[in-house]
Amino acid sequence: MATALRKLTPGRKRDLRLAAALAAPALIIMLIVAAYPIIRSFWISITTYNLKEPAGAGEFVGIDNYLANLTDPAFWHSLWVTVVFVAMAVTFEVSLALALALFLNRPFRGQGWMRILVLLPWAIPPVVVGVMWKWILNPSYGALNGLLTQFGLIDSYIIWLGEPFRALLIVALVDTWKETAFIMLMILAALQSVPKDLYEAARVDGASAWRILWGITIPLIRPTLFVVISLRTIWALKSFDLIYTITSGGPSEGTTVLGYYTYIESFVRLRLDRGSSAAFIMAAIVMVIVLLYQRALYREVGQ
Amino acid sequence: MSGAQRARRWFTNLQKPLGKVLFGLIIAVIVFTVLAPFVWMAISSVSTPRALAQKPPEWIPNPATWERYKALFTSDSSALNLPVTAETFRSAIFTSFLVATTTTIIAVGTGAAAAFAFVRLRIPGVKYLLLATLAVQMLPVLVLIIPLFLMMQSLGLLDTHLGLIVVYSGYLLPVVVWILVSYFESIPPDMEEAAMVDGCSRAETLVRVVLPLALPGLAAVAVFSFLSAWNEFFMALIFTSSNAKTITVAITEFTTQAGADLGLMATGGMIGAIPPIILAIAAHRYIVGGLTTGGVKS
Repeated sequence: MATALRKLTPGRKRDLRLAAALAAPALIIMLIVAAYPIIRSFWISITTYNLKEPAGAGEFVGIDNYLANLTDPAFWHSLWVTVVFVAMAVTFEVSLALALALFLNRPFRGQGWMRILVLLPWAIPPVVVGVMWKWILNPSYGALNGLLTQFGLIDSYIIWLGEPFRALLIVALVDTWKETAFIMLMILAALQSVPKDLYEAARVDGASAWRILWGITIPLIRPTLFVVISLRTIWALKSFDLIYTITSGGPSEGTTVLGYYTYIESFVRLRLDRGSSAAFIMAAIVMVIVLLYQRALYREVGQ
Repeated sequence: MSGAQRARRWFTNLQKPLGKVLFGLIIAVIVFTVLAPFVWMAISSVSTPRALAQKPPEWIPNPATWERYKALFTSDSSALNLPVTAETFRSAIFTSFLVATTTTIIAVGTGAAAAFAFVRLRIPGVKYLLLATLAVQMLPVLVLIIPLFLMMQSLGLLDTHLGLIVVYSGYLLPVVVWILVSYFESIPPDMEEAAMVDGCSRAETLVRVVLPLALPGLAAVAVFSFLSAWNEFFMALIFTSSNAKTITVAITEFTTQAGADLGLMATGGMIGAIPPIILAIAAHRYIVGGLTTGGVKS
């Protein structure tokens, strides 16, 4: 044993040297593109940096930029819009994905094709999804208005994106169109790992389908449900592309989510200090969700 | 047999075909919901402006027009009022291909090397490093974008292919490393040890044993990287203006500047969607398996 260890030591040294060489390129890229910008961004958020007023730039102001955001009604409005959007999108996506996964969890003809088909909305660029739906929802020439008129369901063309809440709901539905399929595939993968004899045993005991669902299926796929809910929450919080292409934050700021608000502050109003602090507030919200998710997941695994 | 019994028998016998019909119906609804928007975009891209301006629109274009595709690919835009020049659009397609391909190579290459080092070579503190990379991935890009903009400005990397490639690689690496780490961990070390007993060095085991076994995982992260880079919009919007404009930015310009022709944004959308669709179909078996293993997804 001792001789083996002594023999290994030079090998271990070589291993570490190799490890450093292998890990270095990736670490350097991540340091440049992620670590350094985070620190600098934080610095900007506690100083003044307004591209329209270059004279007073770089002055240390502490938490003033954060306070400026937190006392701005527009910030709170966008936070509220974000919460509503995330709640709608995640609820629609996860419940629909779960229902579809339970429904499709059986062998049927064309199953392979189905799996490829549902990947398509996930694979294409969000901005293409955005322009596509914007065109379908067009108030004057859109296909949706045309179709509904043809079937006699509406009398006159509707301005779908004309009201703040309806516009937000529609963006959430477009997000659902894009994201549900992938969540469904993840849930399906989890469902297929549930042992079949558990179902059979329950059926022999005379359990109803409803009981089996809540007593066996849901508890067993809970970790996966957990993962998809948290990931979707985090990603929906960061939504930008669909909003930019479909509504540009309107009408009357009804779809200005936090990401869009930060973008406007930074790159339209050019108040980089305000934008940076808003981004950090957003990051803090994301981090809180990640931590809650981590804790809950550990509790889950610990059971 | 009583009437009630017969009725019940009749009902049970009916249940099966009814269930089948219902199943088929729901499948049809799913297929329609997924496909109809695509199909309408495709039809719009080959419909004449007059056909699109009907209420309701002409669902089947007669005759179909290939004017828009021709205008974008041959610059023969006499008949069309293009919001961005055809040259700009073609250069955007080229940029997206170049940037997405190079980003994929860099992210997967350096990511696989790092993941191997993390899993097999026991770097002290590696667990925290991994958690830190994941935390970065969770952050909104907005936290990074202003300093990145300033950095690129001072290095002259704004509106260049190289700038986009570096930024995209850095942004994708955490996910790539994370997925590959979970993949490499699932490969039993015995095979590498056996190879080492046979005289392979560590580096050789990586190339000869680990990489071939991890091929599905590598394929998954490569597809993920290419799709993410091709589909990325926000950073491209901020970091590029003319020279390195990507396809996603060019497509949005069709909608913001387009004059009369509404079919043109459908054409742009089609061109932007076709490469990811082809890739998704070709690599579908790797996507779901690979990305759900890592549990992370963009």
